[in-house]
Amino acid sequence: MTNMPEKTRRDFLKDCAIGALAAGAAPLAFARDVNPPSSGQSKSKVIIARDAALYGSGVNPEAARVEKLLDRAMQTFSDSSDPVAPWKKLFKPNEVVGLKVNTIAGPGLSTHVVLVEAICERLKQAGIKPANIVIWDRTNGELERAGFTLSNDPNRVRIVGTDSKDIGYDENVLSYGVVKTRLSNLLTRTCDAMINVPILKNHSFAGVTLALKNMYGVNHNPDKLHANNCCPAVADINMLPPIRNKFRLIVADAMTGCFEGGPMFKPQFSWKYNGILVATDPVAIDQTAWDIIERKRLERGLKTLQQAGTPPKYIAVAANPEHQLGTDDPARIALQEVSL
Amino acid sequence: MNIPSFARPTFISALLVASAIAGCQQRSVSPATMFPNSAPSWTMSPGVRTFSPDQLSEYIDGDAEKYLKAGVKNTSTADYKYKDQIQVVVDVYTMSSPASAKVIFDSEPAMDAQTPALGDAARLYAQSLIFRKGPYLVRMVAYQESPQLPPALLDLGHAFESKLSR
Repeated sequence: MTNMPEKTRRDFLKDCAIGALAAGAAPLAFARDVNPPSSGQSKSKVIIARDAALYGSGVNPEAARVEKLLDRAMQTFSDSSDPVAPWKKLFKPNEVVGLKVNTIAGPGLSTHVVLVEAICERLKQAGIKPANIVIWDRTNGELERAGFTLSNDPNRVRIVGTDSKDIGYDENVLSYGVVKTRLSNLLTRTCDAMINVPILKNHSFAGVTLALKNMYGVNHNPDKLHANNCCPAVADINMLPPIRNKFRLIVADAMTGCFEGGPMFKPQFSWKYNGILVATDPVAIDQTAWDIIERKRLERGLKTLQQAGTPPKYIAVAANPEHQLGTDDPARIALQEVSL
Repeated sequence: MNIPSFARPTFISALLVASAIAGCQQRSVSPATMFPNSAPSWTMSPGVRTFSPDQLSEYIDGDAEKYLKAGVKNTSTADYKYKDQIQVVVDVYTMSSPASAKVIFDSEPAMDAQTPALGDAARLYAQSLIFRKGPYLVRMVAYQESPQLPPALLDLGHAFESKLSR
């Protein structure tokens, strides 16, 4: 890839080999240390930060308020009085940090540019060089339609789609359960660490799409993984070593949410939730998102996702003893709500 | 095949007539012709993108499954702007039959929609319009609200309706 620091093929294969071995033998052995354990007494922390005035009187969220809301969420998450400290804890200055956004639904229901800019600002303050920050999704076209300006300038934050000419999908086929796929080279080779920046959405098959389901944007064949409410495929794809090992943080864009008719933008089924969710446990944050969506559906007189035939079954599977990607048990989720 | 020379003009005419009939029977509307170039206060951005069934998930992700099950034949999309300010995306789904267009239309809750007289059935919201006419399902989505938008969407809807043949 032009202008992109890459891990060597040997490094990549080593990562995969270690991951595959550990996944087969003892899944907990290689779970991310930033991830909460799936057993024992500890709880997974999930922060919901909201600002009722986030949009002011405009169409888009106000950048200054988004930055404050992000700080509030991150500082609450890490019990810190310094807005930069949480980022320093999670990322080292020499690392290439990727932000996997979600832009398939166009400007109405994609990760907001202002949130991504706020995250990049904090990463830079934490010592990450701009050229070592990569904002990416499946395609350049989707990124552009969502309002991102593509950039492959080696001196600036890079914004690129996997479909860019010099990127593409890794030649190595990875498998877990029902998933057999190739992952974006941006994940396997370019980035050392990842931040998942998904959108709060209903999904017509999966029921809910937030952190775990956003991984359908990192592989070459997501269209093959929608059977049976995307279950167990969503849980299985999250078991692939580059995903398990590199994603360290979830900053979910819940400024606008979708409670029905997702994943595409249908304004009649969207609402301003005015929130940012933060966690490191993808299962706990998805469980929380499910609850938010169900409450909105109830308020609008819609059937529950279970009644509608689209329960997000993959969440429980992701938490089961085989996967251990996090916890879906509300008693073990330390949910903290804060507001500006 | 040996055809006597005196019979050739007749044979060629017959071939032409037959292919014309076949063409009529299999006539499908070209995607670009389904999109009106303009309507009052509306301008169309250049370019119509068309997705075959096997490409549809590239455009609408998991939503594609629902359309594939209902029998989508192809999907075309283009951008419009209302008074050069409000961006609207218009998707035209060509389904296999009016019944399959109805399946998709009926799969979505009506919520608090208005039901204007447009096509075979329509729902109008503050920022969107969906209607079906014959095998076509048309969805218009705006990215911001305006009090003028619902009647303007309806105007654009009528412009589409007149372009879509059964």
